[in-house]
Amino acid sequence: MLSRVANSIYWMCRYIERAENVARFISVNLNLILDMPSEGGKHWEPLIMITGDHEPFEKKWSEYSQESVSHFLTFDRDYPNSILTCLAAARENARSIREIISSEMWEHLNNFYLELSNANSSTFAAKDPHRFYKIIQMRSQLFTGLMEATMSHGEAWNFGRIGKLLERADKTSRILDVKYFMLLPRSDQVNTPIDNIQWTAVLKSASAFEMFRKQNHRITPKDVAGFLIFDRHFPRSIRYCITASNDCLHTITDSAPGSVNSPTEKRLGRLKADLEYADIDEVIDQGMHEYLDHLQTRLNMIDQSIGETFFNLQPLIEATLNEQ
Amino acid sequence: METFTTYEKENYYDELIDENGNPRPEAKILVDKIETMPEGDLVMRQKAAEALLLRMGITFNVYGRDEGTEKIFPFDIIPRIVPESDWQQIESGLKQRIIALNEFLQDIYNDKKILKDKVIPDDLILSSKTYRKECEGFTPPRGIWCHVTGTDLIRDSDGGFYVLEDNLRCPSGVSYMLENRQVLKRTFPQVFDASRVRPIDDYPVRLLETLEYLAPDQVASPTIGVLTPGIYNSAYFEHSFLSQQMGVELVEGQDLVVSDGFVHMLTTKGLKRVDVLYRRLDDDFLDPEVFRPDSLLGVRGLMEVYKAGRIALANAPGTGIADDKVIYAYVPKIIKYYTGEDPILPNVPTYICQDEKDRAYVLDNLDKLVVKAANESGGYGMLIGPHSTKEEQNIFAEKINASPRNYMAQPTISLSRAPTLVGDKIEGRHVDLRPYVLFGEDIYIQPGGLTRVALTKGSLVVNSSQGGGSKDTWVL
Repeated sequence: MLSRVANSIYWMCRYIERAENVARFISVNLNLILDMPSEGGKHWEPLIMITGDHEPFEKKWSEYSQESVSHFLTFDRDYPNSILTCLAAARENARSIREIISSEMWEHLNNFYLELSNANSSTFAAKDPHRFYKIIQMRSQLFTGLMEATMSHGEAWNFGRIGKLLERADKTSRILDVKYFMLLPRSDQVNTPIDNIQWTAVLKSASAFEMFRKQNHRITPKDVAGFLIFDRHFPRSIRYCITASNDCLHTITDSAPGSVNSPTEKRLGRLKADLEYADIDEVIDQGMHEYLDHLQTRLNMIDQSIGETFFNLQPLIEATLNEQ
Repeated sequence: METFTTYEKENYYDELIDENGNPRPEAKILVDKIETMPEGDLVMRQKAAEALLLRMGITFNVYGRDEGTEKIFPFDIIPRIVPESDWQQIESGLKQRIIALNEFLQDIYNDKKILKDKVIPDDLILSSKTYRKECEGFTPPRGIWCHVTGTDLIRDSDGGFYVLEDNLRCPSGVSYMLENRQVLKRTFPQVFDASRVRPIDDYPVRLLETLEYLAPDQVASPTIGVLTPGIYNSAYFEHSFLSQQMGVELVEGQDLVVSDGFVHMLTTKGLKRVDVLYRRLDDDFLDPEVFRPDSLLGVRGLMEVYKAGRIALANAPGTGIADDKVIYAYVPKIIKYYTGEDPILPNVPTYICQDEKDRAYVLDNLDKLVVKAANESGGYGMLIGPHSTKEEQNIFAEKINASPRNYMAQPTISLSRAPTLVGDKIEGRHVDLRPYVLFGEDIYIQPGGLTRVALTKGSLVVNSSQGGGSKDTWVL
């Protein structure tokens, strides 16, 4: 398939996943402050921490409040990671590959964007934020479902899925990084059930609470982190995302799992192996933040080499032109 | 109320209503249906159809506003109906015209017999901006130049059809024809069934067959692409729609590269050869090496590969000369010259400003005539005499005197009208008709086409860039 098309579908899916995650973070936060009304204000800054975008936020707003943070993360067209900007970008990508995706996917995404960009939606978001962010998540998941059910699971689909999974792995690692830092002042508390409500919220941010509960009776920081990083079967754990993208990659290149024919396969395969053979104790010894920081760097490298291997064939063109 | 009881036909030929104010036989079922619909129902369906088009993303951007304001192409829910007898004339007339124009193109780029025989003054051809010297001595694959044509027809007050314009470069609008039909099928299912409307949904398949026919013989299953200028082009929706419907690649110039004497697409698995391109890009932008050097939309080296017969292009470069608005005046002679027949579909009478006698007449009658520039399209560079100011007429007089070759004029035709929903009333609006012609192994004329409607009261300009909309066209 065309390199440009592969690039577009990869980014279309990444953007939608990003929008969904932002909605998810806000949604969980809204629930959280219901349980601790007195400290409402201080729970909004961490949301901006997760994105790592203090600077653009502070340029526009003087304080971290529900109103400022949710408006910034949802409707700000100047902020590249707001839900609206992500959906606009996803839609522009979709428009350039309409003939590749199904019309169900296109119409849904188009409508999703058009309704969100409508002036009424910020009123709706302010009036009934719980429902509003739930709807954003549902629509994003509906898109994923449409992609699953109406588009052939060929090369294009696999590129889209890699985009989604890498974005998800990145977001899971970020929320864990921020919360771990905030909620755990001393490392010797790692195995004690402190601050149940907050850790429950972390799990809920990744829709992981119920699935976590099936395996663990207590909510300890260590178990939560272990689950979100290493669980084999939970679809938002980092390990799951990496394993699944590795499968997609080998489907695309039509090569045996474990074989290495490009820098992308090498990097992704190595990360997958590391996640398979490491465990949470090692991570804690090394330091959670250091581990996650390194992981994010590796995710970025993978993204970069996907770009070089599949999307950007410039060096190849120059080579063929010189032959003439 | 949306009713025909208060409909004013006035002094125009009306597509659905006869001289006595009764529905024409072919429109009776439709008119009866509309008359028996509950009040407000038609308006509601029009609104629902518009919402559907918006959701499908059949929109264009309104520039100058960064909020991403998008509008749908205006669309009218009341279809235009063409009875079978009219259609037979249109069909045979278009066939005759396309055969003649194709022979004309082959001739002027090769033997130039028609010029040697002095049927057309040769400076008229050689001075045209759309004459491509680069195509001299070339015969395109299968000898076909104009694979896809959209010819604009109008109906005068006498009820007769005339050819207003030939579009042999990149005629657009076919996707609106197809989408309008989808919407109308949902709106008037029973009328559809009872009226026996001829289907048009096979257009993409026929277009694909036309393109496949051009592929080099030795290529068993050719790779075909639609070449688009990109998502900012106003017809991008159509490019994407057609490639999706045909199941072929939609490519931009940046996706293509010439290497080893062939044109290739850049894919995730390296280079892949392309055999046929349905290009929706003007000649000027096709190849910066041969045409405009500043074009970023085209493919460097494309023309060389094309002339070596290693890729087919539809339409062929150079076809623009045949839809030059001054050459248009000679098409009846062209038809006679190559086929020996009289034209089945007449031209609108045309005055050529290069001709001294004609020019004098045009300059004396600017307030009555429609003046057009030879190479403009989309309704630009045009003077509509009866609707113009003295000042505008003077500007055109200067332009004509400065470059007579570039102008022609026609009497103002009182374009036929068709009932159109305006607010919650049905009113007459002027329309034209653009049927689509495919020239592959055979010549095929899609039974239908795009009816364009001037939505502004009294306006004669149907172009979408100038406030025009469209209607579904039913051929029975």
